[in-house]
Amino acid sequence: MIWNRERETMPRSELEALQGELLVRQVRRAYEGVPLYRQRFRDRGLRPEHIKSLADLRLLPFTRKADFRDNYPFGLLAVPRQEIVRIHASSGTTGKPTVVAYTRGDMEVWKEVCARNLAAAGVTDEDTVQISMGYGLFTGGLGWHYGAEHLGATVVPVSAGNTKRQIMLIQDFDVTVFVCTPSYAIYIAEQAEEMGVDLRQTKLRIGIHGAEPWTESMRREIQTRLGIDPYDTYGLSEIIGPGVSGECAYHSGLHINEDHFLVEIIDPQTEEPLPYGEKGELVITPLTKEALPLLRYRTGDITRLNPEPCPCGRTLARMEKVSGRTDDMLIVRGVNVFPSQIESVLLQVEGVQPHYVILVDRTHGAMDDLEVWVEVSEAIFADDIGHLRGLQSQIETEIRETLGIHARVKLVEPHSIERSMGKAKRVIDKRDVYGTGERPASPE
Amino acid sequence: MDIKQLQQVSAFLENRPGRLLYLLNVLAEANINLIAHNIVDASDFGIVHLLVDRPKRALEVIRDAGLTCSITNVIEVVIPNEPGAFVEQVLKPLANAHVNIEYSYAYGVPSSNEAHIILKVDRIERAVEALKKG
Repeated sequence: MIWNRERETMPRSELEALQGELLVRQVRRAYEGVPLYRQRFRDRGLRPEHIKSLADLRLLPFTRKADFRDNYPFGLLAVPRQEIVRIHASSGTTGKPTVVAYTRGDMEVWKEVCARNLAAAGVTDEDTVQISMGYGLFTGGLGWHYGAEHLGATVVPVSAGNTKRQIMLIQDFDVTVFVCTPSYAIYIAEQAEEMGVDLRQTKLRIGIHGAEPWTESMRREIQTRLGIDPYDTYGLSEIIGPGVSGECAYHSGLHINEDHFLVEIIDPQTEEPLPYGEKGELVITPLTKEALPLLRYRTGDITRLNPEPCPCGRTLARMEKVSGRTDDMLIVRGVNVFPSQIESVLLQVEGVQPHYVILVDRTHGAMDDLEVWVEVSEAIFADDIGHLRGLQSQIETEIRETLGIHARVKLVEPHSIERSMGKAKRVIDKRDVYGTGERPASPE
Repeated sequence: MDIKQLQQVSAFLENRPGRLLYLLNVLAEANINLIAHNIVDASDFGIVHLLVDRPKRALEVIRDAGLTCSITNVIEVVIPNEPGAFVEQVLKPLANAHVNIEYSYAYGVPSSNEAHIILKVDRIERAVEALKKG
């Protein structure tokens, strides 16, 4: 089903004209409201009136995640605080979170684009939607919540965790749509099997997944073990949260809500735009955001675009499933983790040199395990097992407070890290989340 | 009663097969004699306490082998190897002086009637004083 037929099936020439108009307005909004953009325009001798159409997009400066950190917490907002009705946050590259905000108008757009993604997956007002993404500062839970309500579906706002209760509610409430990360879908299938519950026999029919990369084999596993049709969706809090793009019934790419989000693919090295079909970094300029009018935001996600019309009738371009990152960001249990965040935690703990390795794996079922190996140098060593255990749990606590997720800290002998994997290798991701088939060897 | 302050070598090891072998082999190859040892473990790692004939040299070779280690000052008490001696001559005086024992291990010498007790305490001077008084 198409939620907004006028917008989603608009001829591309009309869509581009609309995007051009919105871009001109948005550039003015960014320039007038955000000192950072005024500065960047001045630095390159650019004025808002130089941006007259879509073709001028490449004149605009980029925005990066670091800009959020440098302008923490509200320096990028273009409206007075009283117009802000919601704040969300995700992890930043260091200790401070990435803060995003919404006006009333932004909330209207958000629920519209989420409703579109749900409708594209076949969700209707007759469905019961269980939302198992985290509620709170994370955009996943509340974003889908508002979208599903807007669609008229019945929302079961369970949030993340408490798997046994999730399984009970799916059965008792006749839940038909399950919104969760793909790894949680597999995890819940395992738990249900252990409890003797066959999820394929429930009313569940659609899975709405996102917040982390996943492979085709995971899709097949979700399909067979839960007996549902899994849909990929894409979004990021800096842009809006969930709702940037999502699959339709043809599962041949994720339709981007281009009337709200202007996309480009660039070569991350040269920063030059690439033609349709070529792989590169996804850059997004939100066209209607009032609170946070970012210009050319570098997502760090690698994908390619396909503007051909889709058999579903939508003219909105499709992006391929994200196939990698331009940086070292990891996504662990749906949470963005930068190795630099872990490094800054280790530096805060007195005496701990940043000799560490981050290991991510899925050894226990489908859920991600995050381990941080820290070398015990003479600076932190003491002939006191209590002291070392205290250090271990102190680092675990600091990581939980900074990143919001649990990591297991393992104290290891010095030089074992360099010996086994070469000094530069700080991150070992054994999950193969992008389906490249590369699975690094165990460090042992 | 014979009371001595000794330097013990404490080394950090990961708790997995072969690590103690690696450590003790380093000492053997340097011709350092191990008099006594004990291991305190915290599931995934442990600290090995080594009483050796040449602690300074042991520290060097262990460091050269890439391991983390340090010197810990401990007390060695030699008492008769008979019932009640440890209680009366060591534990009671230390308890009365409010000295806390962090860990302890012991070894006997079969040819003599002696027991050697190694003590790591929180206040070493006070402990030595209390033991001397008896």
